[in-house]
Amino acid sequence: MSIKGEEFRPQIVAFCCNWCSYAGADLAGSSRLAYPADVKIIRVPCSCRVNPMFILRAFEKGADGVIICGCHPGDCHYSTGNYYARRRMTLLFSMLDYVGIERGRTRVEWVSAAEGVKFSQTMNEFVETIRGLGKNVRLGDLRCKK
Amino acid sequence: MSHGNKNQAAMVKEISGTNPLKCMKCGKCSASCPAFDKMDIKPHQFVSYVVNEDVESLAKCESLWVCLSCFACVERCPRDVKPGKIVDAARQIVVRQKGGNYLSANEIPELIDEDLPQQLLVSAFRKFRR
Amino acid sequence: MHGIGVFVCHCGSNIAATVDVKKVVEMARLEPGVVHAEDYQYMCSEAGQEKIAAAIREKNLKGIVVCSCSPRMHEATFRKCAEKAGINPYMVEIANIREQCSWIHKDIAEGTEKAVILTRAAIAKVNLNTSLVPGESLVTKRALVIGGGIAGIQTALDIADAGYEVDIVEKTPSIGGKMAQLDKTFPTLDCSACILTPKMVDAAAHEKITLYTYSEIEKVSGFVGDFTVEIRKKARYVNMDKCTGCGVCMEKCPSKKALSEFNAGLNTRPAIYTPFAQAIPNVPVIDPTQCTKLKTGKCGLCERFCQAGAIDYTQQDEIVTQKYGAIVVATGFDVIKLDNYDEYAYSQSKDVITSLELERIMNAAGPTKGHLERMSDGKHPKNIVFIQCVGSRCNDSKGKPYCSKICCMYTAKHAMLIRDKYPDVNVTVFYIDVRTPGKNFDEFYRRAVEEYGVNYVKGQVGKVTPEPDGSLTVHGVDLLENKQLKVSADMVVLAAAIEPNPAVRKIATMLTASIDTNNFLTEAHPKLRPVESPTAGVFLSGVCQGPKDIPETVSQAGAAAIKVVGLLAKDKLLTNPCTAKPDELRCNGCSVCANVCPYGAISYEDKLVNDHGVRETRRVAVVNSALCQGCGACTVACPSGVMDLQGFSNRQIIAEVDAICR
Repeated sequence: MSIKGEEFRPQIVAFCCNWCSYAGADLAGSSRLAYPADVKIIRVPCSCRVNPMFILRAFEKGADGVIICGCHPGDCHYSTGNYYARRRMTLLFSMLDYVGIERGRTRVEWVSAAEGVKFSQTMNEFVETIRGLGKNVRLGDLRCKK
Repeated sequence: MSHGNKNQAAMVKEISGTNPLKCMKCGKCSASCPAFDKMDIKPHQFVSYVVNEDVESLAKCESLWVCLSCFACVERCPRDVKPGKIVDAARQIVVRQKGGNYLSANEIPELIDEDLPQQLLVSAFRKFRR
Repeated sequence: MHGIGVFVCHCGSNIAATVDVKKVVEMARLEPGVVHAEDYQYMCSEAGQEKIAAAIREKNLKGIVVCSCSPRMHEATFRKCAEKAGINPYMVEIANIREQCSWIHKDIAEGTEKAVILTRAAIAKVNLNTSLVPGESLVTKRALVIGGGIAGIQTALDIADAGYEVDIVEKTPSIGGKMAQLDKTFPTLDCSACILTPKMVDAAAHEKITLYTYSEIEKVSGFVGDFTVEIRKKARYVNMDKCTGCGVCMEKCPSKKALSEFNAGLNTRPAIYTPFAQAIPNVPVIDPTQCTKLKTGKCGLCERFCQAGAIDYTQQDEIVTQKYGAIVVATGFDVIKLDNYDEYAYSQSKDVITSLELERIMNAAGPTKGHLERMSDGKHPKNIVFIQCVGSRCNDSKGKPYCSKICCMYTAKHAMLIRDKYPDVNVTVFYIDVRTPGKNFDEFYRRAVEEYGVNYVKGQVGKVTPEPDGSLTVHGVDLLENKQLKVSADMVVLAAAIEPNPAVRKIATMLTASIDTNNFLTEAHPKLRPVESPTAGVFLSGVCQGPKDIPETVSQAGAAAIKVVGLLAKDKLLTNPCTAKPDELRCNGCSVCANVCPYGAISYEDKLVNDHGVRETRRVAVVNSALCQGCGACTVACPSGVMDLQGFSNRQIIAEVDAICR
């Protein structure tokens, strides 16, 4: 893939839990399974560490998509963290949809440490979806406009 | 190898929906084939012909018209390569070049049998002259 | 924070080939707080670490960012290096520009751009890092081994010999596992029982080893060094202390219809049974699904004949709770079900058998007393066909995509043993590839062909049809001759694929150990940490990690044992200092955080606080840092945003988000 001025290059933030998905991303890397450079990974201890605030912040700063990756249900290193993440994100995403950030721009995916292929596929798909959706509307912080 | 061959091989892959590179050359297709003895190119070899982009030889071979389309090879292939579908795709390429199917569409309805796999009928459509 | 140093690694050409390292250094210098930036060939090397240490000392750095491989690889290395140079090890951040950048991108401009952004994010984070000091936790000097096959036995023996207590939990009534079912072992043809039973006896007799047979893991909690495990000892209905192992009960039991698990279902066993004669412990169990007394209340023959008075129909399952410092998973394998391979007529003919069944038929203690007989009519077979790769190397939904690794060798063994004992029998082996990597393995296979006259045919079998005369027709192909073959056989042996024991899924979930798509347990690192699970304190031994033969299993068992011993030898472990921390002034004591904490690490105390001059007693959350594992569930749950996670604080993550989306 080459960098072209015309081409829309989305800004994508991926939150990956340290135990499964971050390791899955590492495996994708060591297996040389490419996915677009638009994806930037932030390491968190567990998917349940992802505060809805972080996602709002990303959209406020111009992100076009946010994906959260955690361990498969039942496999969470901290037993139950991914369940909390799943519930929180379900609520948050429906709220974001309501305020105009399409459902496709947010995603929760379970990727285990052994699933390098899945990680790469997921990221490719996600970037493709975001490219289809185009540039995101920026969330504004009204407090700054006072 | 000429460009035309490459396109034909690509077409076989597309029509058959199989990836011949998955083949591990186990020969289960040839072991399963009821028409093996009458074939000049054997079922397990079909796959190599596509990999080597030599669809022309495939198109000329007897096997194409000997294959019964019983799909035993498709059913049993452990690698999901489905040689039977490759045969069928090669057949279709030949039929397309000659411009027409062997059975006429009007003859089909009376041949329909609920127990018959539809793919087999389609295959016969391409294969049998009158 | 002022005084950040950035160190960019080339990793030979691993990073430098796709990332313009000099550009990353240049861009890093422009970031606020950065006073030093340099690149080097290999940052993790001694020279590289020396460069980092020198820069820390000379430039009085407060925090550093290393742009290199994954933090899962070298974070610890660089933390140690920083600590030696005199700064807190938690003032180090890693920008992963190898696994998550250079290795997946091909375009240099693109790779460099991403590396710059990742570096920027790490700098933004380290700016907000604070010094953290790890706590300490005690190590329970006892290990648990799950599974009592050769892998589990060997691991337990090695740990016990080093002087630590070990418990083996085995699901079946006896230890021994699959190896006990084997007749001979390749490539030396030793009798399996002769080399295994002494080890079983050693394990049982070892003063440091406790056996929990006929038991299963019920629940696991805790963490490395301090696991608490509940073990369910299933009711045996036989008092282990009283039983003398005389075996009269088994003779007298009138219910003899259950299929023998040990003999692979080829013959039957009584309702009260030991799996095999050399079982350890030699105490039978009553199968409650078969026992007439337990089902209807009538019978009681075994109790009447037991002179030791060991039979106890009222026995209940018992839960034992035990603490462990380390856990080894050695759950082994099973042969796959052949329901999906109807073309081989396994369900239609008794003379189509799996290799494990043949193993029992060949064994002197097996259903045919070691005579090679057809299971249908007891006749001596004249023609035997072996089919390789049944369910292995399958890309379809029916089988397993991996090579089961042991089949080529055990088939050569079977073929050789049959030809040796019964030279009148013709043996044909249909193979796809013969895979014999191992010491003396290929020589062994060649002997089967050259000395014993086993007929190897390259080509998979398409179909096996049972004939009316009781024989079997094998429809195969000889790919080298390009001929279709029809071979008439009296017996067909299928080298069925092996799969991890189905119980391993549940166990892995309890241990939060990760598992791959084929249910094999994942290693912490496929090459450098092959016997450790990514979950600290959990180790892997035997086929649960991947297909392997006995010598490999034994080596791996020893390796797992030494890892366990290395852990148990420590008195204390350093705990993760990245724990949750509440802001007492803003906490209103609502209890939401305690409700989501999986470790019960949060409690509430009435504390005297000084809130801007107002001194009052308030109920506030207190985190026990020894229990807190740092997941961060509470930080998000807290309605007033008071709870924060050290090392991954809200401000730090937001700084990263900002740096990425800038």
